[in-house]
Amino acid sequence: MADTEKIIEIEVLRYRPEQDKEPVLQTYKVPFIEDTSVLQGLQYIKDYLDGTLSFRWSCRMAICGSCGMMIDGKPKLSCKTFLRDYYPGKLRIEALAHFPVERDLMVTVKDYVKRLEGLKPYLIPKEARTLEAGEYLQTPQQRDRYMQFSACINCMLCYAACPQYGMNLKFIGSGHMAILDRYNADSRDGGRDERMGPVNEEDGVWGCTAIGYCSVVCPKQVDPAHAINMYKIESTMDYFTRFVTSGEADK
Amino acid sequence: MSIRQPYVRSMDGWWKRNAYYIRYMAREITAVFVAAYALVLLDGVVRLGQGEAAFNGWLQALKTPLSLAFHLVVLATFVYHTWSWFSIMPITMPIMFVGGKRVQPGTITGTGLVAAVITCVAVFFVVEGISS
Repeated sequence: MADTEKIIEIEVLRYRPEQDKEPVLQTYKVPFIEDTSVLQGLQYIKDYLDGTLSFRWSCRMAICGSCGMMIDGKPKLSCKTFLRDYYPGKLRIEALAHFPVERDLMVTVKDYVKRLEGLKPYLIPKEARTLEAGEYLQTPQQRDRYMQFSACINCMLCYAACPQYGMNLKFIGSGHMAILDRYNADSRDGGRDERMGPVNEEDGVWGCTAIGYCSVVCPKQVDPAHAINMYKIESTMDYFTRFVTSGEADK
Repeated sequence: MSIRQPYVRSMDGWWKRNAYYIRYMAREITAVFVAAYALVLLDGVVRLGQGEAAFNGWLQALKTPLSLAFHLVVLATFVYHTWSWFSIMPITMPIMFVGGKRVQPGTITGTGLVAAVITCVAVFFVVEGISS
């Protein structure tokens, strides 16, 4: 394949807090072949051109959700994006939009993870079960109700696609709502009321204005825009049902 | 001492960064035209309350070239508003199953658009029937 090797220019927006007051562009010339991913291009830079470049990656196969970045202004997984699609032009790589940049292509994820923990993203059994009771079964249709949302890999591309999140970093965002619904909609789960607090809050689902770009960029077809918009109905129901249930919905 | 100093990028002009955002802003701005036309109709109701002469004056005002041009612009924005509204309808509705199968987004959008066309045609003929 060496005979088909080409050279492409990759511009990387770099930020080294110890020396840069603000991010600066740096250009690298990277050899590639037909199946070289953008991630492999970055690995080439780090191994052969500039060892100081920082970026996150792990699985190389669109499962771990670590290597999300802005590629020519669009949020993408760099392992699932190929250099050939940008040749003979060049491409520009930046850290995921909206998140604070920690260093080069790495963003701060602390708030994202902390908020996710608060949503209790795990099964809270509807009824107490013993091992003797055996498997906790559900029908294929019951599984289909949440199946697409269970495909989320926490890559955060949907947050980089959401201007509302960019303007308010406390906004719950659509990705977390997909994960939340994956459990709320599970026929075996009984934790809905414990999870609805952050959904109904000021920074909850009502910050979404149905732009919908989050679902376009999702690499796993989770459709997080659907999740967050469905919960506007749920949130509305919570608001009004408290008037007929003596505040039960507030608990 | 930590050298951490997370950099927060500006959101200035965010809606110009992506064609998708521009389409979103276009969708949102059509709501202004919907509101503007509601005011035109509201004015008609007020004129009706003021008597026949006032109402006829309002009808005449609607027939001026400027008003007709305004109506054409509003019609175009209403068509875009309707299309964009039903385009996002699949993400605003609860997940539905019919006969054990998930209702597809295209079906929801298509049904909405067909319903909008049928309603428009029906309203047209009803108004036509009343006025003739």
